[in-house]
Amino acid sequence: MTKTLLSLSGISKQFDGKTVVDELSLTIDDGEFITLLGPSGCGKTTLLRMMAGFELPDQGTVTLSGVDITQTPPEERPLNTVFQNYALFPHMSVFDNVAYGLKMEKRPKAEIRERVEEALAMVQLEDFSRRKPHQLSGGQQQRVAIARAVVKRPKMLLLDEPLSALDYKLRRTMQVELKRLQRELGITFVFVTHDQEEALSMSDRIVVLKDGLIQQLGTPREVYERPANVFTARFVGQTNFFPGRVTGIEDKRISVDVFGLNRVLGKPSFRVTTNQPLHVLLRPEDLRVLAPDDTEGVAGKIVERNYKGSTLDSVIELEDGSQVMASEFFDEDDPAFDYSIGEPVRVSWVDGWEWLLAEESDEPLTDEEELAADDAEH
Amino acid sequence: MMLSIRQQPFRAAVLVLVWGWLLFLVLAPNLLVVGTSVMTRNPGTFISMPLNLDAYRQLFNPLYLEVFIHSLYMAAMTTLVCLLIGYPFAWALSRVEKRRQMLLIFLLIVPFWTNSLVRTYALKLILATNGLLNQGLMSLGIIDEPAQLLYTEGAVIVGLVYLLLPFMILPLYSVFDDLRQDVLLASHDLGAGRFATFKNVIVPLTLPGVLAGVMLVLLPAMGLFFVPDILGGSRNLLVGNVIKNQFLDARNWPFGAAASIMLTVAMALLMFAHRLSKRRLGEEGA
Repeated sequence: MTKTLLSLSGISKQFDGKTVVDELSLTIDDGEFITLLGPSGCGKTTLLRMMAGFELPDQGTVTLSGVDITQTPPEERPLNTVFQNYALFPHMSVFDNVAYGLKMEKRPKAEIRERVEEALAMVQLEDFSRRKPHQLSGGQQQRVAIARAVVKRPKMLLLDEPLSALDYKLRRTMQVELKRLQRELGITFVFVTHDQEEALSMSDRIVVLKDGLIQQLGTPREVYERPANVFTARFVGQTNFFPGRVTGIEDKRISVDVFGLNRVLGKPSFRVTTNQPLHVLLRPEDLRVLAPDDTEGVAGKIVERNYKGSTLDSVIELEDGSQVMASEFFDEDDPAFDYSIGEPVRVSWVDGWEWLLAEESDEPLTDEEELAADDAEH
Repeated sequence: MMLSIRQQPFRAAVLVLVWGWLLFLVLAPNLLVVGTSVMTRNPGTFISMPLNLDAYRQLFNPLYLEVFIHSLYMAAMTTLVCLLIGYPFAWALSRVEKRRQMLLIFLLIVPFWTNSLVRTYALKLILATNGLLNQGLMSLGIIDEPAQLLYTEGAVIVGLVYLLLPFMILPLYSVFDDLRQDVLLASHDLGAGRFATFKNVIVPLTLPGVLAGVMLVLLPAMGLFFVPDILGGSRNLLVGNVIKNQFLDARNWPFGAAASIMLTVAMALLMFAHRLSKRRLGEEGA
């Protein structure tokens, strides 16, 4: 039984005439862990700041438990924020930082002490209460920021890329810790990140954003296995795009030509017509690398091999010059497994593991182009 | 690996220059002042033996004590006015678009290119009995006859504020510029309104700038003897006037030296307080 906690309807926000959030509507359920995922500039942080009350939407309404809070200042909203760079008060001890929100509520001293100690124990910092923020490591500061935000028992915790300043290993630990906290506290978490791996592993639901518009809203599994469009498919995880063309349509199946190979695939939910070009999407782990004399599969040659411990990643160049990536579990007993660079192979997949997308008029940039655009920005 | 001085002639030259500068132009003159302050006044040779603490005793002479207290009062008023103008000014300055900030700071510094003595005389022309301000007020019909503006305590304070305001604004601007917006947002987010955020976050975080500004205004304000000379008349003296008079007119060097040591000690105490406030924020040794 879920009930709506926060709903945004028809929210728009512009900065200097540039639309950052575009008539966006979203409802967030009580107790869920929802992630706003997207590249920089997609509007995810602006959206979070409008929930917190730091920005007011130009249009639309924000409702919390049925109450319109669109114009409510942040200090009167029962939500708290964990900031990207922690934003701890540098002149206060850890204890005073965490106690700040309760002091503002004018709680009795004894209650403040008890609740602050409880919050610090929750993030395993009970021995650090007298330290100043600058005497703590990045991960410890992050935990203080979390304790400071949850000590007020907000209805909702807003987290703005809280782990982006931490190194990889610490980030993994904090991800687990945040999930544990969310379970124990039963508070709704709204988590902003540009890291798709983080989003997949932590969220109940993911909102994929681009240019201030929702691209897809779904569980991590839905977003990964059934991306709604080319952008989501490219942004979340690695994907191989095979060009396909519809050659025949039946009741529940369609025939698709992929590099001259005819494959009978499940009919997609969108409308298809004969001769329509399609994207046949396959995740690297769904591809199989076969010997060149195999009868099925698309011909190509190995151009790169990366041993990843549990898997072996191969980059295969296809006939048309495009490259695909296959990620296979290591199998030492299989003699055919070890191909060398330049060796001809065939790539194939098990029917039903593919995902079909229609071609879009404004196809997004490929990863390489996106990276180049990102570099130019900084 | 340590290199010998022979291998690093430039490094050696810089060290000699800096240490030489400090020894001969800072330490030695100050030692001379200390030495002078404990000697005996002599009308012929200015100072002579024996050593004694008469000059320091004279500092507590009610006549001078009154001058010092009045001087401190005027300097304190100057500092307060500078703070009241400078604090919101620096705050607003830090919120302006970055490129315009540079222009505004440049405009703030431009008056330094004119000698402060000249600028004080300009102020005298404005405040004089038939000066610009009185004429303006009379032509507007606000007053009927010229008000006595010049040679008052107020005129001295106005002159000191005019000369010292940039020294208050610049350190305040620096702390406001460092003030992170997300820390203020965090305060609001945790339930603090504007006033509570100001009191609990903005004031403590800008305190080092306030103390630096006070340091740069309060002590110079007690020393700028030419301001009372031009604007203040005989009753509104600063410690600086007393020191100047002892050396140039009264020929009492030990007493003049003792008075300037008093100012130096006050400065040292303020610097100590400033250091403490910075350490509290973890800006040192972090």
